[in-house]
Amino acid sequence: MNWSWLLPEPVSTFGSEIDSIYYLILVITGAIFVLVEITLVVFMLRYRHREGRRAEYSHGHSTLEVVWTVVPFILVMVIAWMSMSVWLEAKIANQAHVPANALPLRVTAKQFEWNVTYPGLDEKLDTADDYVKRNQLHLPVNRAVRIDLTSEDVIHSFFLPDMRVKQDAVPGMVIGVWVQPTKAGEYTLGCAELCGLGHYRMKGSVTVHEADAFRSWVMEEGAQPPAVETPAPADSAGADIEAASVSPAPDHEQSSQKPATEEEEQA
Amino acid sequence: MSTMPLEVGHPSIQHWAEPGHADDRSFIRKYVFSTDHKVIGCQFLILSLTFLLIGGLLAMLIRWQLGWPGTAIPGGAILGEAKAPGGIILPEFYNSLVTMHGTIMIFFAIMPLLVGVFGNWLIPLHVGAADMAFPRLNMMSFWTAVPAGLIMLSSFFVTGGSAAAGWTAYAPLSASPELSGVYMGQKLWCISLIVLGFSSLMGAVNYITTIVNMRAPGMKWMRLPLPIWALFITAILVLLAIPVLTGALILLLFDQTIGTTFFLPKNGGQPLMWQHLFWYFGHPEVYILILPAMGIASEVLSNGARKPVFGYKFMVYAIVAIAFLGWIVWGHHMFQSGMNPLLGATFMTSTMIIAVPSAIKVFNWLGTLYRGDIHFHVPMLNALAFVAMFVIGGLSGVFMASTPVDIYIHDTYFIVAHIHYVLFGGSLFAIFAGIYFWYPKFFGRMMSSTLGKIHFGLTFVFYNMVFFPMHNLGLDGMMRRLYDPNQYEYLAEFQPMNTFISVSALLLGAAQLIFMFNFLWSLKFGKKAPSNPWNANSLEWTLPSPPPHGNFATMPTVYRGPYEYSAPGREEDYWPQNEPPAESGRRATQHEGVHA
Amino acid sequence: MRRSIEALTLAAVFAAFACGGGGGGEEADTDVAVEEAGPVVSPDSAATITGVVNFTGTAPAMEPIDMSEEPTCAEQHTEPATTETVVASDGKLANVFVYVKDGLGDRAFPTPSTGVTIDQHGCVYHPHILGIQTGQDLIIKNSDGILHNINTQPTVNQGFNVSQPVVMETSKTFSSPEIMIPVKCDVHGWMHAYIGVQPHPYMAVSGSDGTFRIENLPPGTYTIEAWHETYGTQTQTVTVAAQGTGEVTFDYSSDMAGRPVPMGDPIDLHDHDPESRVASARR
Repeated sequence: MNWSWLLPEPVSTFGSEIDSIYYLILVITGAIFVLVEITLVVFMLRYRHREGRRAEYSHGHSTLEVVWTVVPFILVMVIAWMSMSVWLEAKIANQAHVPANALPLRVTAKQFEWNVTYPGLDEKLDTADDYVKRNQLHLPVNRAVRIDLTSEDVIHSFFLPDMRVKQDAVPGMVIGVWVQPTKAGEYTLGCAELCGLGHYRMKGSVTVHEADAFRSWVMEEGAQPPAVETPAPADSAGADIEAASVSPAPDHEQSSQKPATEEEEQA
Repeated sequence: MSTMPLEVGHPSIQHWAEPGHADDRSFIRKYVFSTDHKVIGCQFLILSLTFLLIGGLLAMLIRWQLGWPGTAIPGGAILGEAKAPGGIILPEFYNSLVTMHGTIMIFFAIMPLLVGVFGNWLIPLHVGAADMAFPRLNMMSFWTAVPAGLIMLSSFFVTGGSAAAGWTAYAPLSASPELSGVYMGQKLWCISLIVLGFSSLMGAVNYITTIVNMRAPGMKWMRLPLPIWALFITAILVLLAIPVLTGALILLLFDQTIGTTFFLPKNGGQPLMWQHLFWYFGHPEVYILILPAMGIASEVLSNGARKPVFGYKFMVYAIVAIAFLGWIVWGHHMFQSGMNPLLGATFMTSTMIIAVPSAIKVFNWLGTLYRGDIHFHVPMLNALAFVAMFVIGGLSGVFMASTPVDIYIHDTYFIVAHIHYVLFGGSLFAIFAGIYFWYPKFFGRMMSSTLGKIHFGLTFVFYNMVFFPMHNLGLDGMMRRLYDPNQYEYLAEFQPMNTFISVSALLLGAAQLIFMFNFLWSLKFGKKAPSNPWNANSLEWTLPSPPPHGNFATMPTVYRGPYEYSAPGREEDYWPQNEPPAESGRRATQHEGVHA
Repeated sequence: MRRSIEALTLAAVFAAFACGGGGGGEEADTDVAVEEAGPVVSPDSAATITGVVNFTGTAPAMEPIDMSEEPTCAEQHTEPATTETVVASDGKLANVFVYVKDGLGDRAFPTPSTGVTIDQHGCVYHPHILGIQTGQDLIIKNSDGILHNINTQPTVNQGFNVSQPVVMETSKTFSSPEIMIPVKCDVHGWMHAYIGVQPHPYMAVSGSDGTFRIENLPPGTYTIEAWHETYGTQTQTVTVAAQGTGEVTFDYSSDMAGRPVPMGDPIDLHDHDPESRVASARR
């Protein structure tokens, strides 16, 4: 059991910044928590009913009201102000925050897998040497990665707990996500948004390589012919049918023996 | 007892002692299709406590799975092959459980308890009215809620099971049976909540009209008891928020049935639109679920501390401020949803500001206790727990409000802890306080104080053992709604903590049996309640317990606010709102006569 | 308010339709079968159809499946598991579903009391192609003990999407004939199977040697259809006498790839694509 309020070690550039905001809030709210609860208990003990005791007849105190309106207001505004720049840095994956040499990746979520498209050696997506890995996210250390995140079916949430990254993957939208890992190692990719009955199994492994190791991994993977991660022929055939909707409704019996080519042309 | 002179001497009580007011309504008109707000309040109480029990049992099943993943529930095979073959909960049933637990607790337990029960019980009595402005509409409101509840429950028994897309029903999962495996269940979920929405609207219209138009002479706005202020603002929120939900639900239902694509990316639909509509309703809903609880807590704290509410006006302003700000913070549920991050920054600011009125309320509650004369009766214990727990729920909200921190803790157990500290630690403790406080008034008997204290103590301890560790689980990165967290290597080490929580949860559930027993036993065997067992000030305590049909025989006149406790120069430490000032007693009685 | 109520009623009506829409008429088949107890075909007249599925050309290579993320399954395969899209060797094609499409007339057949098993073992469906009679129990078995979900996407039958988180069995039935129902596991994206549903027991799947055998047929003339997930369908007509044996040969070749393959085309309420509308209308 872990009763600590410390966060796991952050391994991304903005991760430690996010954590420092967290600890700031923890200190502020922790102090308020302790003060309020101690005051409550002290009042309960001190002003408990005893024979002959009578409560003070008071309706309030305007100065106090102003004080405890203004002080919390200032505190939360300070927190908001400090959060703002970290938030924009972590969330807006544009030139202002992401270095120009960022590695482009595409992550397509579907029930219940993360398909990661790697750009191959040319580091450009949508070229011939792209390849797809299922549930495996490989990243180079100390280099920014820009991910185009989308989903095929329902909303998933791309969660890299150690890197303090979380972004919903929404069908119909491509959302830019960026991260720069700061430490090589094995981490976890999880789904944080309920996406169906396999939600709890929708996880992937994250491997952060040293720069050289990442390059050799790309060469190794890129050299292989596209493996099973690309849609299998059966699927594509099926998908074509579906898209064209040529396959008949209930009564297949009435379709003749040689509909294939005709239907294809019709479609 | 010091209440005796009042009971004997009070004009309205005397009037009621006269015969001729015999209640000749039939059983059906009196107890089933009753238009009496007190009976309707009790009907809502039975309905919502039943759903509280059901929602609690669902929570027990959830905790069973999380505490001992993949092991069979003893006797769980009765749940059926499609839900739990051999007693082992299936993932799709688990998703159903979390969805229905949330839905039932929010829409069919906490909301009707606060709004349906206390709204009906308190509004006419506290403002000094004979009944609601529209008694038949009030009756219809209850009898619309019943079918809504039945439809919701029926969804457990259809093929494919009940809704399983979370209580927030995020599209496209909720809109696509082929992706969720849930066919009829999600449609019934929509229909049930649409029907329930009409019930809530009828209630809200009634509450607003009654509070605005039917206050007794002298019941100025700033003399209203705080539960009434809270319920008034709540009713306005209901009136404005529920139609948005109803509209969104109808669109979702169309997406599922007639092939529209409002929330589906095909043909230009937008999944995020569901979230915007849902949370535009959903965030005011959060305040619908906490404002009346704050009102009840204020009432009980002031009574228990024998001291006027500290900063009454500021309490009222805080309620109004929360209600206003509550409309412009919905986006904080969507920081990680793909909404523009700049918009997130704006919502962060408004969300941070809404912490201020909540803080004001907490400090004022502390001020109410300061130099008080605190009586630890059972309602007071629960109200004090409300304050202590609401502080935790409020402060943990600041973590989520900070957008960068939210990146990490969004959709983790941290938010599960947060919502339970607000809705259980906050709302439910206030509900317990309210039930213990007003039970004598409406059922004519006292609940057992000993059992009440045992129930409170166990609930308070086990409740914290259940929900406090959830903060830690969230900070360790455990996501919500995971059927089996052990699938993640880094979460497997927290299984002992999950088991600890589950054991505590089962004990917490068991402790509620004491409440059930106390509630039912006291109905018949409780000590007969005097008219004013807590020496309280508001108008209902001048009436017999239970108050007769039609409440006040003569219209009461109100001379002061509801929290005039321990006023100097009086022997008693309380001062009923309608007791004429001593020096001008004669004049006041005449004045009252004019209105009667 | 009034409008809202109307909309609500409308929605309720639609909901009712959506629920009751699937496979009402076909249930009659099963009923008839139950009524006509006893063997439909007398043993002394039973005929047999045997055949072989030939294959010419180069079959696409069966690709290895990367199961590294699921060690439980990877351990079960000494050789790396491969896709089963096209299983062809020595000029023969396996995994072809062959069934009697026409010629049985109005005969009804009793539902077999024993079920057909599909096993999930090593994150692969066994078998890959499966025939089952309407109303017959489909016994879905999880031998792996890790989460599988069984997501069927039929056109005419009521689909289901259920999960099996532990070693267990689930039983399901299909009420209407359908060629073919795709089955997939969303947790393991490589797992695919196809189920053919017929109102009679006369179906078979070609083995690795390309052969198949349909037994216990009443004498008569039949249209036999072969179905392959990549190469589409072919039909042959064959006449068998009492106690006789008919021979059928199907010839597939690698250039038939990409032909339409009749199979479950899930009813998609949201498919508003005008193209597909036109295509369906023309049929």
